[in-house]
Amino acid sequence: MLNRRTALLAGLALPALQRTAWAADPIKIGMTQPLTGAVAASGNYVANGAKIAVEVLNRAGGVLGRPLELILEDNKSNPREAVAAVDKLVLRDRVPVLIGAWSSTYTLAIMPKLLEYKVPMVVETSSASRITTSGNPYVFRIAPTSAMEAVAFSTQLGKFTPAMRKVDFLSVNNDFGRGAAEKFSEALAAKGVTIGRTETMTPEATDLSAQLAALKQSDADTIFLTTGVEQQTLALRQAVEQRLGKRFVTTGGSFPDALIANPLPAGNTSFHILFYAPWFPERAPYPAIAEAYTAEWNKNNWEFAGLTEGFRGYDAVLTVVEAIRLAGKPEAEAIREALWKVDIHGVNGDIRFAKEGPAGQESGQNQPNVAIVTLSEGKTGLL
Amino acid sequence: MDQALQHLVNGTVLGGTYALLGIGLTLIFGVMRVVNFTHGELYTFGAYMAYGLVALLHVDFFLSLVLATMLGLALGALIELVLLRPMRKADIDSVMLVMIGAALVLQNAGLWAWGGVAKLVPTPFAGTPLVFGPVSVLPLRLFVLGVAATLLLVFWLLLERTRAGIAMRATFQDAETASLMGVRVGWVHTATFAIGSGLAAAAGALLGPVFMVSPAMGDLVGLKAFAIVILGGLGNLPGAVIGGFALGYVEEFGGGFVSSEYRDAFGFLLIILVLAIRPQGLVALKERVG
Repeated sequence: MLNRRTALLAGLALPALQRTAWAADPIKIGMTQPLTGAVAASGNYVANGAKIAVEVLNRAGGVLGRPLELILEDNKSNPREAVAAVDKLVLRDRVPVLIGAWSSTYTLAIMPKLLEYKVPMVVETSSASRITTSGNPYVFRIAPTSAMEAVAFSTQLGKFTPAMRKVDFLSVNNDFGRGAAEKFSEALAAKGVTIGRTETMTPEATDLSAQLAALKQSDADTIFLTTGVEQQTLALRQAVEQRLGKRFVTTGGSFPDALIANPLPAGNTSFHILFYAPWFPERAPYPAIAEAYTAEWNKNNWEFAGLTEGFRGYDAVLTVVEAIRLAGKPEAEAIREALWKVDIHGVNGDIRFAKEGPAGQESGQNQPNVAIVTLSEGKTGLL
Repeated sequence: MDQALQHLVNGTVLGGTYALLGIGLTLIFGVMRVVNFTHGELYTFGAYMAYGLVALLHVDFFLSLVLATMLGLALGALIELVLLRPMRKADIDSVMLVMIGAALVLQNAGLWAWGGVAKLVPTPFAGTPLVFGPVSVLPLRLFVLGVAATLLLVFWLLLERTRAGIAMRATFQDAETASLMGVRVGWVHTATFAIGSGLAAAAGALLGPVFMVSPAMGDLVGLKAFAIVILGGLGNLPGAVIGGFALGYVEEFGGGFVSSEYRDAFGFLLIILVLAIRPQGLVALKERVG
């Protein structure tokens, strides 16, 4: 029997979901995430979000009268491994649809395989613009591009006191980091903010002292930090050590949750661009869905702050399952066509795809919502 | 100038930890002629032991560092007894393959036991930095540098002033002659591998709280340790210390003043230069024979 929360969620997210007994084998959904390696924290959060979405939907009857099965492959924070994971998911597990792959670098590495195997993929996190502009009709992105995130952020510049005058960037040296620095530079310059220097770091780097010491010499008042959870945590801690005395804004939707239990010294407030702020589910576009997702996550006793990224996996599964329902069969090409018709409510807000890229080869791009969360002495707030 | 001073302090702190990493690896190679691919994993092991003891079992932070080092010693001794002792007569390639396999097993065991998400190790040190004019440094980093220097000194005294150290150096120079002189070479090997492993675990336990603890943390560290050893000269103990500081300064100043994008590349550029000009390493006076 469905409990109230399950029924609420299923009812809100997928109103026409069939609630019948299992009639056949499970419908497979392939997913690749960085479960180990440099950005493992984020990958595990996203994977957990996907797992609970599958659980909730299966409790509500699955789709097309069949249960769902999530097949999760670790891409080890490595683009080569991401490609190998997709090979395995498609060739051995025969999944008709994929979700992945967190970093833009891993997603870009996978994309030729989507064309080769003709299997659609819902991109839940990656932000590099060219993922949806390079002409791959098998890509459907629910995450915002760096450009979207930057433009959405720039509309909230007036909320910062003192005002932003000049900004520097500290970015992970890959498509995600460089792309964010470029798009935020454009959006902020358009608002009259002066753009300073950009320092980069390898994804595995743990000692960022050279970059931070160099940034300390700049007269910028704000540093935009683009990288995974682990390096966000390291950079913010090491910035205190180096007495940078500048405002930090993290981009990309990741949150350094370790700094809640181990806070920075008093007087250090950081700002985080998130796509779901779990401390304030009532402020989400669809509070009932956000609260149901949050409650389901908490039932597993997972780290609370992981909700900030877990929703990506959750919303991605809702999207895929709705496409399967609309397609009427778990076949790759039918699901790809059905993805264009998806129009559901997720944790982040509405999910529907607009066309991007060269005519005839368009990818799907959703328009997500953005929230700015503050972190000070282990406590979060909404800007 | 202020920036240069900060880079100097950062490079010194970084170099001290690199030296600690390098010395365990070079000791094992020098005495045993074993290329220890598990070095990075023993570093990770030490970091996780410190995390488990401090964060999960709530053992005192300083006692946890000692216990983590001891556990690293024990694991090193176990690896030597189980994997390396039966391979004593094997060629270096076979031993290398065994060590690569052991490294993979250790990394995956860590992943299975701890999960993939990085952990922060709580410390009793203040999060606010100590300020000396234009430069600043966290008390924890100074503590790590101090402990690293103490460990290096203790290790040097062990080698130079004790019978065990003499036995190690004798085995280092000529294992067969040392054996003829009554040195129990088998136990010297076990002790050497255990001490080298303990130093790697100590480095992990010390640096885990400075950075974060994750199953893959040993990958880059293992690579750096090899770079340090190559810089200083394979099997050369003072060379490992100098190589550690050289790498720390080059990365810090190169990353700060030239380009952070190529920070790691500066270290490896230095290695290429050293190999081209002084293939025996920065310190070794002449190439070893035999």
